[in-house]
Amino acid sequence: MDEPLLSLREISMHFGGLKALDRVSFDLHEGEILGLIGPNGAGKTTCFNTVSGVYRPTSGEIRFRGKRTDGLPPHRMAALGIGRTFQIVRPFPNLTVLENVIVASGLSCYGRLIPSCRSWKGRKTREEALEILARVGLEIQAGQKAGLLPLGNLRRLELARALALKPHLLLLDESFSGLRHEEIAQQEELVRKTRESGISILLIEHNMRVAMGLCDRLVVLDHGRKLAEGKPEAIRNNPEVIRAYLGKGGSANAS
Amino acid sequence: MSEYSITIGTLIAIQAIVACGLNVIVGYAGQISLGHAAFFGIGAYASALLTTAGGLSFWTALPVVLGITGLVGLFLGLPSLRLREDFLAITTIGINFIVVSVFQYVPFFGGALGIGGIPRIVLFGERIRGVSFLLLSAGFLAATLAICWLFTRSWSGLACFALREDETAASSMGVSPVRFKLTAFILGTAMAGLGGALYAHFMRFISATDFGFPMSVMILSMVVLGGMGTLWGPVLGALVLGILPEVFRPLTDYRMFLYAALLLMMIRFQPGGLLGENSLARQTFSRLKGGKP
Repeated sequence: MDEPLLSLREISMHFGGLKALDRVSFDLHEGEILGLIGPNGAGKTTCFNTVSGVYRPTSGEIRFRGKRTDGLPPHRMAALGIGRTFQIVRPFPNLTVLENVIVASGLSCYGRLIPSCRSWKGRKTREEALEILARVGLEIQAGQKAGLLPLGNLRRLELARALALKPHLLLLDESFSGLRHEEIAQQEELVRKTRESGISILLIEHNMRVAMGLCDRLVVLDHGRKLAEGKPEAIRNNPEVIRAYLGKGGSANAS
Repeated sequence: MSEYSITIGTLIAIQAIVACGLNVIVGYAGQISLGHAAFFGIGAYASALLTTAGGLSFWTALPVVLGITGLVGLFLGLPSLRLREDFLAITTIGINFIVVSVFQYVPFFGGALGIGGIPRIVLFGERIRGVSFLLLSAGFLAATLAICWLFTRSWSGLACFALREDETAASSMGVSPVRFKLTAFILGTAMAGLGGALYAHFMRFISATDFGFPMSVMILSMVVLGGMGTLWGPVLGALVLGILPEVFRPLTDYRMFLYAALLLMMIRFQPGGLLGENSLARQTFSRLKGGKP
């Protein structure tokens, strides 16, 4: 437990004059659920995008399992064991739900240098993908076009695809937004089960009840800076955090 | 069969091969290309030059031709890594015009006179012409379709589908956009090269104007009409667009008008193509099979 699974050191991300992230540092330990919260525009998604390889940070260092990873492209990060979901769902609409998952489970099958000629229609591939779909409760929809699914199922499909990568770390970008009450409860259960299966989780969440209930620790961002870090109870009572969310003069009754 | 219908049939088979190649790029990998005739032309010119000036036989030249068109396809596929949608479309149109003008103005490629005296293909000591050329083209078309079919079943094919659907999501799932877009470009342009080689040895005279922008649009129409991303769509498209102008020939002046009207009707009523998703053909077929439409 001495070396963190993921560590960000002094990460800055500038878009022109805008400092979307300003020297943010935090660690995520093996088996942990770490929540990233903050008001709109705080830099949460930017932070995710630097970790998953969509952006190359302007400065700073990201290490995943001890290896320097900042600047690697997204498909390399996936290969290293980082799965992610998207805040605005991005299914492959014209492929079936099953095929959506198979794309992710093919990680080791695409070939290193020469693109692979082997078939993806094997029984084993199919069964493995069905098993993952069963885990998130989508096995009945396996043959449907992903574009036809309602949002709740799409959020679960995103999770299934990320799980199919057999990741060490899962990045969940607002996986609960837009869901109904009972769907949120199901999704929470899924996230807990995922952690129990040995996958560490970094999540962004707007729903405070969910974030407080699910996460072991929280990191609060505001205007691109880290405002606070700690256990949910400590964050809940942190006056600076309350000020960031409610503005100056926001009173004690914030939680 | 009359000589006339054999000629039409052979040209349809050759164009179907080229359309299959474009289908790999547009239909499977989702990269728009409006300059596919350029690669058709590169294949034709490469084979023509290798067999006339180079003195090779068609069969020894063929692997070189496929290599050359694939390689050029690789280089011209590079823009697709930076450009999307309409910008890529315009770039590929530009590539088409550049290739045609190189053929037209560089003396090495025969200039405006084109290249003539291209030898016939010799197979088992026989000079291939007429019906045998039609059969040879059909054989190459079958091989092309087999490769397309295998490609859709391979992991590389699935990677291309994922890129077509959503590049960001695909790359976060371990699919390298660079590698698989270029794979599609190489495969698709090599197929165009094969079509070009056959065309050169069938016509035995080629000139740059055969491979201009109108031809690119024609090939794209075949793919769209038949159904993008389907296996048989490009073949059906080539068949329909090859036969229609001949059927309408007696109407002389109104020929192109009818042809255009038919295309517009297609886009209005069967936007996914003749064999596409939810098309009449597919619904009828599944009803005949007894399943739900």
